[in-house]
Amino acid sequence: MRAFSDEELERYSRHILLQDVGIEGQEKIMDASVLIIGAGGLGSPIALYLAAAGVGRIGLVDGDVVDLSNLQRQVIHTTAEVGTPKVLSAKRKIEAINPHVHVETYQTMVDASNIVELVSKYDFIIDGTDNFSAKFLINDACVVAKKPYSHGGILRFGGQTMTIAPHESACYACVFDAPPPANAVPTCSSAGILGAVAGMLGTIQATEALKYITGVGELLHNKLLSFDAKTMQFRTINLAKNPACRVCGGTGITHVRDYEAVVCEMKR
Amino acid sequence: MNVTINEEAKTIPEGLNLVELLKVENVEMPETVSVQINGTFIRQDAYASTPIQEDDTLPFLYFMGGGA
Repeated sequence: MRAFSDEELERYSRHILLQDVGIEGQEKIMDASVLIIGAGGLGSPIALYLAAAGVGRIGLVDGDVVDLSNLQRQVIHTTAEVGTPKVLSAKRKIEAINPHVHVETYQTMVDASNIVELVSKYDFIIDGTDNFSAKFLINDACVVAKKPYSHGGILRFGGQTMTIAPHESACYACVFDAPPPANAVPTCSSAGILGAVAGMLGTIQATEALKYITGVGELLHNKLLSFDAKTMQFRTINLAKNPACRVCGGTGITHVRDYEAVVCEMKR
Repeated sequence: MNVTINEEAKTIPEGLNLVELLKVENVEMPETVSVQINGTFIRQDAYASTPIQEDDTLPFLYFMGGGA
């Protein structure tokens, strides 16, 4: 058992007070590692909350720099940091919130050449990317590397998320077989997103990560949670693993490949 | 005929297949929707040959690709 300093006992006291978490749960959080792919609308609240929670090691993957149009929702970045690589901007904020957290940054986009190695280094993976090719690639890599992960997607006033235990629960490709045809589905950059909605979904994903780490409660396995913030209606659809799934069905895939980028990211 | 779509009870015309149902339900781009019937996913290429039956439960799942 780890010896908690007085500072740590006080910092994490509200976790430790939780009967389901306690000292043991907090210790698990401090021993855990989480990879956040995308330091944007979803990645911002995810990184802030996991840092505050004291996750021992946080990996951040993003190849972009902070853009003025990001600041309406990507709350980990600041006006002064426009032009700064997002992973560096996010790292600063994490370290300012909680110097106990070890931050590893990867200033790159994920692709078939790096994704499996990246996810293999962490206990839990969170998808905070903004395009289908990356979302399917992350799913494939987590299935290949047998890494639990949280899928998240947002659009306009809505969001959806599911948590995946590869080979045990339904994966993203069980539900959505393959990326939709190019331009068939609007993206945040073409259709817009209410900033706070990114926070709603991101905090759900961060909560799932902390539940996974501590073993508390029931994860969104075989469940797709979606909400429409306009009506504030939340819906959970029960899913089943698809035995014929292209990715995790049968013996499953054994390696990853790049999907064609079906989304043209329009930058102003 | 009564079915449940996205947890909502609905009355639909008899004898529809899944493609026709998506049309009746004003789903503009069926290729962007994933459908389960009574817990089983239906392949896109089987939509036209899948009849809808009394008391079927169908979630329509939509792609959401944003995140940044």
